[in-house]
Amino acid sequence: MFRNQYDSDVTVWSPQGRLHQVEYAMEAVNLGSATVGLKSDNYAVIIALKRASSELSAYQKKIINIDDHIGITISGLTADARILSRYMRNECLNYKYSLDAYMPLNRLISILGNKMQHCTQRYDRRPFGVGLLVAGFDDTGAHIYQTCPSANFYNCKAMSIGARSQSARTYLEKKLDELSSASLEELIKHGLRALRDTLPPEVDLTTKNVSIGYVGKGQNFKILEEEETAPYLSLIEGEERRGGGGGGIADAPADPLREGEAGDDGPRDPIPAVAMDTTE
Amino acid sequence: MMMQTEMNAYYPDYSTAPIQRQINPYADNGGSVVAIAGNDFVVVGADTRLSSGFSIYTRNQNKLFPMSDTTVLGCAGCWCDTLTLTRILKSRMQMYQQEHNKQMSTTACAQMLSTMLYYKRFFPYYISNILVGLDNEGKGCVYSYDPIGHCEKATYRAGGSAGALLQPLLDNQIGQKNLVKPSSEDLSQEKALAILKDVFIAAAERDIYTGDSVLINIITKDGTKVETFELRKD
Amino acid sequence: MFNPLESAPPLWHNGPVPGAFYNFPGTQRIPAANPITHTQSPVTTSTSIIAITYDKGVLIAGDLVASYGSLARYRNCPRVIEVNPNIILGAGGDYADFQYVKSFIEQKIIDEDCLDDGLKMKPKSLYCWLTRIMYQRRSKLDPFWNNLVVGGLQDGVPFLGTIDKLGTAYTDKVICTGYGAHIALPILRDALDKKTNLNLNDAKALIKRCMEVLFYRDARSFPKYQLGIIDKDDGVKIEGPLTVEENWNIAYMT
Repeated sequence: MFRNQYDSDVTVWSPQGRLHQVEYAMEAVNLGSATVGLKSDNYAVIIALKRASSELSAYQKKIINIDDHIGITISGLTADARILSRYMRNECLNYKYSLDAYMPLNRLISILGNKMQHCTQRYDRRPFGVGLLVAGFDDTGAHIYQTCPSANFYNCKAMSIGARSQSARTYLEKKLDELSSASLEELIKHGLRALRDTLPPEVDLTTKNVSIGYVGKGQNFKILEEEETAPYLSLIEGEERRGGGGGGIADAPADPLREGEAGDDGPRDPIPAVAMDTTE
Repeated sequence: MMMQTEMNAYYPDYSTAPIQRQINPYADNGGSVVAIAGNDFVVVGADTRLSSGFSIYTRNQNKLFPMSDTTVLGCAGCWCDTLTLTRILKSRMQMYQQEHNKQMSTTACAQMLSTMLYYKRFFPYYISNILVGLDNEGKGCVYSYDPIGHCEKATYRAGGSAGALLQPLLDNQIGQKNLVKPSSEDLSQEKALAILKDVFIAAAERDIYTGDSVLINIITKDGTKVETFELRKD
Repeated sequence: MFNPLESAPPLWHNGPVPGAFYNFPGTQRIPAANPITHTQSPVTTSTSIIAITYDKGVLIAGDLVASYGSLARYRNCPRVIEVNPNIILGAGGDYADFQYVKSFIEQKIIDEDCLDDGLKMKPKSLYCWLTRIMYQRRSKLDPFWNNLVVGGLQDGVPFLGTIDKLGTAYTDKVICTGYGAHIALPILRDALDKKTNLNLNDAKALIKRCMEVLFYRDARSFPKYQLGIIDKDDGVKIEGPLTVEENWNIAYMT
């Protein structure tokens, strides 16, 4: 493991103007299994690849319900994600209690961003080691948001995070134009194909390792049960698989997938490859 | 010499006497709720009149609050307390759902309501609550409460402004009390619904806080059916 | 043995008593039977609000007077306001409380505008929020002495709701508070029974008629009033001061 002089604490700057501890936290996201989020005009879909920590254990839950109109999928430290999801649930509940309306996504994400930022600026904290893809539907339509341990967040057209997620992003970039008018079924199919691209050739998607969640116009956030994912999996079964497994772990997130200001020329996440030596 | 709660004329801020204000935080907004349970169903009805004294605020106020797919709460009494209690309850139902990945059962909801009411023992929610639903076996059940959380399970119950008027009527009609030849048949849904409507007609005749119309929820394993039934509006 | 019912003797003459509060010499003790009685009642009051929904919006009217008891003390006190392009609000009761409530509603709207996300609060949200605030204050036994009437367009659909000082809240097609609940509400309900789907002109005529009747019958009313309109096509307008057409001819003895 390569280390340097300037990563002893989150609050320590490197002379290059970087926070190495925060960048290390970004790496935690890439350790989690891949997850994909994409949206059309009326639906937002999140699809996750579940892993079991051993033969004896069950598959780790990857999609978490936040409110009727919001769900998240996680990559990184599951325990940190639980804290964040509890916070998000609470905020949605409080908003609903006092205003009798669903919390708009951008407001939830921005207060979540504020919460996560605190940990990147205090010596007695550590950043959250988890990235989220947040799918939601509100008055301004369907949304996919990505959040990072660095407390950056992005409004995305489609996004994938987690191990080997570059291949999924490549797929999504290619299909970007088709997404906005896609039906729910097509959206799920695109998501599954994107997720499949992250797998090594000998592994395939099964009802056990795939989790699908969606939300949309007149559709509360729903996580599909195992038997409900089967029909969607069979839709993409037997299709020719693309190269699979390309893309390095530490690739910088692709920009075309992000929407609006942040995506165009807003701040970018630091590329942490320099600071890390990936011999495990 | 043990005057520990007293007013300090020079330093009123340091007075230990209780602050007394004279507004009445409660209002009687009337309303009646009637619930009848059968073997595989439960019906609950509440009138839709919201009033205070001789004023009718609105003739079209729903007082039945769905808590889950199989549980409904009917409230009568102080409307501002009802609004608050049901909002908190709904939040609690959602928290339970997210925590346990399933909806709260009627029995659990009944217990939770009792706890929540008793929590406000010394500043109670002035509400006559009737919680109905299907239990885990799919059997209809009715729970009735006093404002401070006493909970009783029953098969039929009337509550609210015409509660005392209607309960003996239900005892006779549903409970088969004081009959020479009580029927041993199980209560059918149609019979329960007919009696429910009849007792509301009776209540509207005698109780000025009950009237306008009845909103009825019929809960079976297939879901909740909503029905309305007109009452006299004077 | 220590007996809590029996107080210990003072340590010296007129000195402190063990276990009791000490009274400095010279201060007079007032018996506990005379605690602070904080009488809470409205002071500068305004009277009825009348409100009605029509096919494309909501009307809220209220006159301009604020009284000290029977004295018509202030005669230009507007109490129908635009909250945002979705919502209008009318208030009756204590005018100072209304001004305070108004100030934090405005702050809420400013806070929301500062988020700059293009979202505007809807009437149902404000109605719910105000219900919570009114209920909290009544739970402290220190209520805002107001009747609030919230009107607006909830995703294009007319919305009308009211909240009283206890937090009692309900929505309806017609709402009148104060004296209007006795005098104007029957007129409006009767009109709605005869014609369920009113248009703007029908609604305006009804409001005009009600303000007239209220002025004749409510001793705390005033002939100058404001009319708040929120319309699906024309947006929010607060009209006024409008004047009740008075006719006292019948009052003259021949």
